[in-house]
Amino acid sequence: MNGVNVKDVSVAFGALKVIDGLSLDIAEGEFIVLLGPSGCGKSTLLNAIAGLLDVEEGKILIGGRNVTWEEPKDRSIAMVFQSYALYPRMSVRQNMSFGLKMAKTPRADIETRVTRAAEMLQITHLLDRRPDQLSGGQRQRVAIGRALVRDAAVFLFDEPLSNLDAQLRNELRLEIKRLHMELGSTTMIYVTHDQIEAMTLADRIAVMKDREIQQLGAPDELYHRPANLFVAGFVGSPKMNFLEGRIAAGASGLMFENDTVSLSLPDDVCAAPPAPGQAVTLGVRPEHIALDGGTWDGFRVDIVEPLGADALVWARRDRTSIQLRVTTDEPVKVGTPVALAPDPRRANLFDTETGRRL
Amino acid sequence: MSLPPPDPEGRRPKTVTAGRVGVYAFLVISAAFFLIPLWVMLMTSLKPMEEIRLGNIFSLPKLWTIDPWISAWSGACTGLECHGISVGFMNSVQILIPSVILSIAIGAVTGYALSFWRVKGANVMFGCLLLGAFIPYQVFIYPLVRLFAATGLYNSLLCVVVVHVIFGLPLMTLLFRNFYQGIPIDLFKAARVDGGSFWSIFLNVILPMSAPIIIVATILQVTGIWNDFLFGVAFAGRENLPMTVQLNNIVNSMQGERRYNVDMAATLLTALVPLAVYFLSGRWFVRGIAAGAVKG
Repeated sequence: MNGVNVKDVSVAFGALKVIDGLSLDIAEGEFIVLLGPSGCGKSTLLNAIAGLLDVEEGKILIGGRNVTWEEPKDRSIAMVFQSYALYPRMSVRQNMSFGLKMAKTPRADIETRVTRAAEMLQITHLLDRRPDQLSGGQRQRVAIGRALVRDAAVFLFDEPLSNLDAQLRNELRLEIKRLHMELGSTTMIYVTHDQIEAMTLADRIAVMKDREIQQLGAPDELYHRPANLFVAGFVGSPKMNFLEGRIAAGASGLMFENDTVSLSLPDDVCAAPPAPGQAVTLGVRPEHIALDGGTWDGFRVDIVEPLGADALVWARRDRTSIQLRVTTDEPVKVGTPVALAPDPRRANLFDTETGRRL
Repeated sequence: MSLPPPDPEGRRPKTVTAGRVGVYAFLVISAAFFLIPLWVMLMTSLKPMEEIRLGNIFSLPKLWTIDPWISAWSGACTGLECHGISVGFMNSVQILIPSVILSIAIGAVTGYALSFWRVKGANVMFGCLLLGAFIPYQVFIYPLVRLFAATGLYNSLLCVVVVHVIFGLPLMTLLFRNFYQGIPIDLFKAARVDGGSFWSIFLNVILPMSAPIIIVATILQVTGIWNDFLFGVAFAGRENLPMTVQLNNIVNSMQGERRYNVDMAATLLTALVPLAVYFLSGRWFVRGIAAGAVKG
């Protein structure tokens, strides 16, 4: 029983409520990512779960036990920080064993656990070094190792990869994923603003904005069926294209139109079919639009960003600019006239007024 | 016809500008300005009285003598007693050591608690402490004298040490708090998750990182407490007068001929400790001044 339940939790800094009545249920062994822009309350929530911030209202259960008033050390958690937070005057070995020493673990036991964790993370050769003699990637490995020796029920990660360069980030991301698979029943809660980290690591993602969870779901679900305009724009890179318009009146079936383009949509794009004339926003991902052979004509290639495997193309007609991901061996020339072909089955419709998915 | 400018290559040639010359001239003059008194004191303290009466205060001694130093250390008179300044030296050391250790220890713990533990009203408390640093000491002296007299502590070593610790606290707390503000809060959070208590986090994690600021605090407190005159006169009592007070008594006791060389030697002896601190720790001292500035 390593699940985490957050029930109607509020956190306040003085008079300012940073989190207001938030609930979240996390199953044992689940990898959940709290994703959102800075200031959305994701780190605050993590700190509240860790017990580093007092909650104003509500309760927090870890493994079914109410830990709302418990000290961080009694919550069976381990935490990894963005700044690594290694104790600078201790060797790697001392860093990793500090928590166990505080818990008065027998020395032989400490030794075995540190050795085992070091082997898992391949940092055995670093055990006698000091943190300032390590590279960023090594430091974060040690920080993960320090969390690992605690045999915690829940791992909390607070943007652990944000200080690393791109290559190390990919490497350690994989390592964290592997760790989660090996540990099995350990629950992991991971805070990030990087949607790629979220997509690759999570069993479920909680997208947060303005101190509220906007959508909670599997990465796939977030990607294909975003609940609102914010989630649609935040998840996925490059960003989803948004076109404001309305539901065409008098057409047979569902039809989106604005002054520039129109698109006939299958009925199952919407849960509830909108009324003709309603103001809607059409969302289509760059990878779901083909460069040519479609009905959206009058566009010209504006900018091309080659990425190697594929290229990002900006096509423009008047004030409408649409981004596409194009996989082609033929280089795309700037200025070429194109007729874009969006895939109507993968389009998303949002209510322009509320921003909610229709 | 003038030559075309050379094609720049390699290191840029160094040029002497008027600004440079001005800066160095200013530095040399101000250095000299502060060194001249020291020079005069040192020279005077090494001359016999006959030579001093000639009035060439800048000249090297014709007859070098160490007698004024010996006399200043162990023979000069304060009123009726003639034990020199050595008595004061021992008293100063006795006052200095506990005062420095206690004020730094308490300041470090207070600074740590204020920066990391976010006690309710921490900012108000810190504000009060800062305010305390700006109120002139003189205001406190009479009430404190009455207080100590009532408790029976007055005129004792303990009394003057307590006063030094209390008045050192605002600056020490400020110093340590500012230093600890620069330590990432994540480090403290990690230690909390690892199960550290108030004292175990302080002793195991924070204190080992505090070496630079402890050095700075030591420098500030050693020079400050050693140079103190007011508290020594007011609280230490006749038996425990610090060196500064003793020096004043020697220089100002008017009996017979005024022995300038002995006075100078006594003054230099008294200044020796802070002087040594300045010379041995120049870099750290400047850092201490910078660290003492209020920020954040």
